[in-house]
Amino acid sequence: MKEIRIHGRGGQGSVTAAELLAVAAFADGKFSQAFPAFGVERRGAPVQSFTRLNDKPIRLRSQVYQPDYVIVQDPTLIEVVDVAYGIKDTGTIIINSEFNPENFKFDSNAKVMTVDATKIALDIIGRPIVNTVLMGAFSAATKQIKPESIANAVKNRFPGKIGEKNAEAIEKAYSITMEATV
Amino acid sequence: MSITPGGICKPGTTISNKTGGWRNFRPIYDYDKCTKCKLCELLCPDMSVLEREDGYYDFDYDYCKGCGLCANECPVDAIEMILEEK
Amino acid sequence: MAILREADKDKMTVVEGSYAVAHAVKVCRPHVISAYPITPQTHIVEELSQFIADGEIPNCAYMNVESEFSALSALVGSAATGARCYSATTSQGLALMHEVLFNFSGLRLPMVMTIVNRALSAPINIWNDQQDSISQRDTGWIQLYAEDIQEASDMIAQAYKISEDKDVLLPAMVCMDGFILSHVYEPLVLLEEDLTNEYLKPYETNYKLDPKNPLSFGAFADPSSYTEFRYLQQQAMDKAINKVEEAADEFKELYGRYYGGVIDTYMTEDADIILCAMGSIIGTLRDVVDNLRSNGKKVGLLKVRAFRPFPAEAIKQAVSNTSVIVALDKNISIGLNEGALLTELKSILYNTNLNMPVIGFSIGHGGRDIPEKTIEDIVQKAENVIKSGISHESEFVDLREDLI
Repeated sequence: MKEIRIHGRGGQGSVTAAELLAVAAFADGKFSQAFPAFGVERRGAPVQSFTRLNDKPIRLRSQVYQPDYVIVQDPTLIEVVDVAYGIKDTGTIIINSEFNPENFKFDSNAKVMTVDATKIALDIIGRPIVNTVLMGAFSAATKQIKPESIANAVKNRFPGKIGEKNAEAIEKAYSITMEATV
Repeated sequence: MSITPGGICKPGTTISNKTGGWRNFRPIYDYDKCTKCKLCELLCPDMSVLEREDGYYDFDYDYCKGCGLCANECPVDAIEMILEEK
Repeated sequence: MAILREADKDKMTVVEGSYAVAHAVKVCRPHVISAYPITPQTHIVEELSQFIADGEIPNCAYMNVESEFSALSALVGSAATGARCYSATTSQGLALMHEVLFNFSGLRLPMVMTIVNRALSAPINIWNDQQDSISQRDTGWIQLYAEDIQEASDMIAQAYKISEDKDVLLPAMVCMDGFILSHVYEPLVLLEEDLTNEYLKPYETNYKLDPKNPLSFGAFADPSSYTEFRYLQQQAMDKAINKVEEAADEFKELYGRYYGGVIDTYMTEDADIILCAMGSIIGTLRDVVDNLRSNGKKVGLLKVRAFRPFPAEAIKQAVSNTSVIVALDKNISIGLNEGALLTELKSILYNTNLNMPVIGFSIGHGGRDIPEKTIEDIVQKAENVIKSGISHESEFVDLREDLI
């Protein structure tokens, strides 16, 4: 089983991202589960959401304590929240940032990757909504979910032009991250 | 008689409960005074004031409990409450 | 008895638990829905409102009301006309319905209500435990508890079948853990409309409010007959035990999915330790049982699906060869220091020749997470009971000593 934790701020679409990863993973043939860190969250407050992926049906209902992957939607969260908490040493932390991974030091051997998701979102979608962009980066960095599956899940959730633009942004983030991982 | 689900029953069960037996005082009309104003019929809590064909009223002594509301409210004092002989 | 899921992935889709439940309600063809939104039930009634607005539930009225008390009161009248009724609530909303719950069951009216289990105030808390539905234990409602969102949605159809059975005629609560199930996205088969048309026949009754054939509802019962009303309700609950089994069996036959009848058992046959619980914790317990079994520990799981009627005989059979029973309760009777399952388990075993120890743990209050490690620690304590007897019959789990 692979476990993903997404850190964001209320209103940034962290919960939607977790859901869409679950939808996309299932389309790929995996079993999946997505849930928010249930709270009385407000816009701007730190939030978390989780996705589990497995080859067999998922029965576990506890929160995620030792994630394989962490996605950080907003780098300013790193000062407020221990985003690396519990991550496996074999894991990967994907951060939305214009800076190189070397700029981020965590008390963990997990791999750190960065992608300037805000820039990609502004260029393509026209708004700084980074959740879908980071899903593209996640696909490239982890190979857990096919980028087409993610794009399809996003297009189904947001039909029309918005979905198309998001799919384009996902593709962009995917190819940029693929280059970085070579 | 067995209990139906939730005790649902046919309507009109109060008809079998003849409350006239509760009465201590019996209302009597003085038709010389009665103006057919209908107030007694409207106020009777037991629907025991029945209109006749001539427009005057009779009491339904099967159900009248003798509460005296009609006599108390009659504007021309046309109703007298007399002690039941038991 | 094993869980049976024909993992028909082609039929599955990934949706939120609340949507799955709302969809199941839709295909059960209700006539009247009345509910008042309250976290974490909100998504269910939002989805249903949308279905109604889109014309997807024909011949159905959604009654807007100003409180949960009114919602259920409105459904008393609706159900009396022979309408199939639905509501959903949680926590404070269910508490506010308390008085009407007795009216519903005493009038022997069928309906189904989803309880999205949540803790009660004070202190105010919107997260999951099962204090809300457990506190309505004696209201005469059937109570079923679901393990995952497939079961929570499929249980809607089963609950209507049980509730509307002529030998039962009692309202039913389908309980699902708040957030943990109501807000989770996972793959499931949305309740099939064609199969449900076959499974769930229209509700028919000889007793209904009808101006053309007037009847008196809500009759008065004085001391000469009130006892018999209660006796008849108890008889209906006794009959409901078999009806829960039949509803599950018929469901399995038709849909190919099965979650147990009044109970479900997992690895109990040779178990030294049997964990007993209700609701979404069952999934985590299955994983823990598998892990411990792979380490040679003989642990089993008893899932209670029907809390009312309480499946005393089925449980006695399931536990007859075990060394210790562990009740895990997301509720507590303050002043007795026991959760409901612990109390009921002890009570059904007394006066029998089964005298294995029963211990209980208060767990998951107000949304406190239940990691696998917590369960493993509980199993460790149960092993100690086998070795050296009971030291604590009932205790709180994962208490934060720093706050006390």
